[in-house]
Amino acid sequence: MGILGNQPTPVGAGSQRPAQKPGSGASQPVADAHRRQSPGLDQFIACMREDDGLSILDLAGASQANVSFITNMGHRLYSDDIVHALDTAFGADGSFFENQTDAARVNAFISQTLDFPEANFGGALVWDTLQFLTAPLLQQTVDQLHHVMKPGASLLAFFHSDEKQKSIPVYSYRIEDPKTVLLVPKGRRREAQCVNNRNIEKMFSKFSSVKFFLTRDHLREVLVRR
Amino acid sequence: MWNRRKDEEYTPPRTVASPPTSADLSKEGIPMSTLPGRISEPHVDHSPRGVAVLGKSVMVKGQIISREDLTIDGEVEGTVELQENRLTVGPNGRVSASVKAREIVVLGTIHGNVEATEKIDIRKEAKLVGDIKTQRIVIEDGAYFKGSIDITKPDVVKPPAPKPQPVAAPQPVPSPSGVSASAGEIKR
Repeated sequence: MGILGNQPTPVGAGSQRPAQKPGSGASQPVADAHRRQSPGLDQFIACMREDDGLSILDLAGASQANVSFITNMGHRLYSDDIVHALDTAFGADGSFFENQTDAARVNAFISQTLDFPEANFGGALVWDTLQFLTAPLLQQTVDQLHHVMKPGASLLAFFHSDEKQKSIPVYSYRIEDPKTVLLVPKGRRREAQCVNNRNIEKMFSKFSSVKFFLTRDHLREVLVRR
Repeated sequence: MWNRRKDEEYTPPRTVASPPTSADLSKEGIPMSTLPGRISEPHVDHSPRGVAVLGKSVMVKGQIISREDLTIDGEVEGTVELQENRLTVGPNGRVSASVKAREIVVLGTIHGNVEATEKIDIRKEAKLVGDIKTQRIVIEDGAYFKGSIDITKPDVVKPPAPKPQPVAAPQPVPSPSGVSASAGEIKR
């Protein structure tokens, strides 16, 4: 575990290639997107290479880049936008975070988002989506992820670690190559809580291992093994 | 009464290329405002095959089987099958059905499993909730998709093994699909 030189590279401001809008076919740069060298993603991809025909869960919404990358490796992708699902389940009426304690809404959210057979997935790309879940719902979600993942499968999660910020940026994470991810901003939102390494270890206590990748920016990468 | 119906059955169908006379129009009571284009310029279909359209005020419950390209801009519940053709779900289209087609373009909403033998194209603002099975997929930014994506490999056509017989039987020449395409069929 060490400090890694993975400062984000703004797209178009020194990077060699301008970011393209995946899927559009047009050579239109994605505004404000930046690239990030991701050692966590690198190791996640290495784990995916161990097997063929895995089902991979991507919770940050469908993007052409991720669909192409995962399926070109011979895997099947299951895509969902968990932030969109959170807004649908807890956004209407009252406080977004207070609604996350409503048992009926929580059950509806879990059944609509993570209702899969046991050991269904060979990998999960959770990105930074767990930060928008309050403590009880967060633990239920992580436990459900444990349930739907195969033993030995990997999970990649990001956590912002800047406690001073009232809100954190929301990104669409797009895999460019095994070591590089393109972060396309989708606005900002309040996180449920800022978690430290101890919190993360506790959160994934059911999993067999948790590996941290410390970075120079405020985005902590975590690779968890089921 | 019976005789009159028989007469109607034998009336030859008017082709699109020969415009109706003004006498015919007044007889049928068709508003003139809908036909000036047809009268002045006979409609000629330049596309290789026809495209059927379900307009935005149309709702279908049941099974749709079509042998021509289909655009759905209304509501469909049930199943949609276009084995060799293209399905377009327009911006107003809302399909709650399992869908099979050669190529699928989504601009509206689909709830259901989707199978495209060649390609599926999910455009900006489109919404697709269901599992996808296809050879190729394009997802534009802004599209919402929830489900699994299973990429199938194209079937490799093996060349036929050479026959030992000196004279091969002549093979029938298949007619182009656009010519032989028959009208789509909507079952309710």
